[in-house]
Order: sequence, then C-alpha cells, then structure tokens
Amino acid sequence: MHETDMTKALILTVKDWYYSQPEQPKIEKIHLIVGEFTCVEPVSLQFAFEVQTRNTFLAGVELIIRDIPLIAFCHSCQQEYQPEIGLQYSCPDCKSPMEDIRSGRELKIDRIEYSAVANSVVP
Amino acid sequence: MHQTFNAAIELNLLHANQEGADHNREHFDRWGITCLNLMSSPGAGKTVLLEQTLAALKDKFEMAVIEGDMTTELDADRLRKYDVPVIPINTGRSCHLDSKMVAGGIHTLEHQYNPTDFDLVLVENVGNLVCPAEFEVGEHAKVALLSVTEGEDKPLKYPVMFQEADCLLITKTDLAPYLDIDLERLTANVRQMNKDVTIIHVSAKTGAGLSQWFDWVGDRLKQNQASLARQI
Ligand SMILES: Nc1nc2c(ncn2[C@@H]2O[C@H](COP(=O)(O)OP(=O)(O)OP(=O)(O)O)[C@@H](O)[C@H]2O)c(=O)[nH]1
Ligand SMILES: [Mg+2]
Ligand SMILES: [Zn+2]
Repeated sequence: MHETDMTKALILTVKDWYYSQPEQPKIEKIHLIVGEFTCVEPVSLQFAFEVQTRNTFLAGVELIIRDIPLIAFCHSCQQEYQPEIGLQYSCPDCKSPMEDIRSGRELKIDRIEYSAVANSVVP
Repeated sequence: MHQTFNAAIELNLLHANQEGADHNREHFDRWGITCLNLMSSPGAGKTVLLEQTLAALKDKFEMAVIEGDMTTELDADRLRKYDVPVIPINTGRSCHLDSKMVAGGIHTLEHQYNPTDFDLVLVENVGNLVCPAEFEVGEHAKVALLSVTEGEDKPLKYPVMFQEADCLLITKTDLAPYLDIDLERLTANVRQMNKDVTIIHVSAKTGAGLSQWFDWVGDRLKQNQASLARQI
C-alpha cells in the first residue's frame, strides 16, 4: 500500500528534475535501487508506477528496479554474511545478533535515462 | 540518431518524509517534548496501553496523544476520557502515519494548546506491522507492540519494525497460558536483529509489567530532557 506514497515521491522528484532541464527531454527509463531489508515490494512499486503515470509525461517510461541484497557484517568474525530473511538474521558462524547492516536498506532513485528531444539535439 | 544520456539523481525516496520528521522533532525539542511512536499490527493493544498509560501517568507528566486511527474516531474517543488532549489524524486509507500527517497534529497542538506545557506526546500509529517502520514521524523513540496471539515468528517475518524498535512490549501475556507461544523463542528471534531493544512483557488485563513500562517511559523522558539541556 505505501508503494503508492513512494511512487508519488518518485514522480515528484522526477518532475522537479524534468522541469529544471533547459529543454524537456524524453525520459526513457528510471533506475531505482531497492534494498531487500525495506518494506518495499518491487512488484507493487512497478504496478503503482504504471497506474500513477498513465496520461502523464511519464506514461510508458520504464521503471528498472535493482534489488540490493541484505548484507550484514559480523564484528566477532570480522566478515560479511547474508542473513536469510524470514529465517535467520544472526551470524551463521557465531550467532551474534545482526548489528551492522552494510546494504539492504537502500530506497533510492539512482539515475534517469533520457534522450534529447529530436529538434533540440545539437550535433 | 538515437542518443541516450544519464542523469545521476541518487536521491532517497524517503527523503521528503525524513526532512519532515526532522522538522517535527525540532518542534518537539524546542518545546521540551519527548515523542514516542507506538507501532504494532492491528489490535495488538496500542489503545488499551495508552489508556493505562494516561491513567497512570497523567498526574506525573503533561501528556498529549496524536491518534492515527484510519477513518474513525473510535480510539480517540476512548482516550478522551482521560482528560488529556487527543488529536486525531485522519489518515484516510493510508496504512501508516507519515511526517506530514503528524505535522498537522503538531500544528493543532501549537495553536489550540500551549505546547511548552507538555512533556510527552504519544503517537498511536496505524495498525500495521510493515509500513510504519519506514516512515519516521519525528519521534525520539520507537515502541513496537507484539501480542502473544501473533506468534513468535513475527519478528523474523516482519523484521524492519523489530530491528528499529527501542522498546518492545510483548502484550496480552495473560493469554499466553492458553496458547502454544514460546516466549523465550520470541525473545531470541527479536534479539537476532536487535540486541539493544528493551523488552517488556505486559498485560493490560492483569496489569502485569505495566509499572516497568511506565518506568521506561519516565527514563526515556529524563534521558531526552538531559540531552536537550546539554544542547542549549
Ligand atoms: N486479554 C487481553 N486483551 C487485551 C489486552 N490488551 C488489549 N486487549 C484487547 O485487544 C483488543 C484490541 O486492543 P486495542 O487496544 O484496541 O488494540 P490497538 O492496537 O489499539 O488496535 P488498532 O488501533 O485497531 O490497531 C481489545 O479487545 C482489547 O481489549 C491484554 O493485555 N489482555
Ligand atoms: Mg488503537
Ligand atoms: Zn560471527
């Protein structure tokens, strides 16, 4: 459900960028980075994006979501490990609690791929 | 020729909410208010806990409640009996409170009351074990509730809220004898992802554990006031 709100935030950000460009480009793809240890479900996000951009300047734009796995660092073992979401979060070797999350909490717009509008292309 | 370009954005999707939350917290800090955000799945006992808390602590602290009931004022009405300001937030169909909604509540607090009179603002979030954890509202601490009827595996399945919580209340412990819940296992599951969280077992029905919860609230408030005093 909150994917709807995230999508709103996403659209607003892209819109700001879009209108801050000297010449409004043709947006082709939006790249997102979504960590596994967040409450965001990529499929729902895709769906919400598609619905909310219908008949707007973002209609038909492709949303590309890169999943980032949950990676934690165990200080006792001095090594990274990948917790099994839903099953086990503590270190598989020494059972220390998950403390230091190295990746998996990301929720961000990475970049926008666009092409210049045909008549404004400077060769 | 078709040439594509890239614009790096690198912006957090929760950026706007986070900014709003920081702004809310600044207000609370300026008024010397400590704000606690209560989160749980629907029906874990947030409102009952608030009722007990208001009844027990209202002579000790000046309190207000920001009530994030989905569409009704049922919870707010239950709390108004205690003679403290209860500010309802109509969240519409949203499944969590966000910082903007709570800013609306803060606005009410500022204009209909004297905000510097208050010590403690308790926020009851929308009943949902997933989303509220991602949306900070300007709280100083997060309190999660999990009732014994929900099962010991919930922290593993919905880890984010449990990982973020500063205090976890295991509620409805009076019902535990009728269930197969393994409370030790539950605690161990939570500890896997949050070694520092304070875990308190409470029953709003028998009153067991409540005094521990009240102490935690009092300590948290003192801690916060001390850190504010240092900043000034
Ligand atoms: N036996 C028992 N029942 C409880 C306890 N705490 C709450 N309940 C019951 O659980 C039900 C839900 O309690 P609420 O306080 O309304 O729960 P809530 O988390 O505020 O619910 P929502 O706001 O709808 O998400 C009520 O029927 C309460 O009487 C408890 O400690 N023991
Ligand atoms: Mg309630
Ligand atoms: Zn280890």
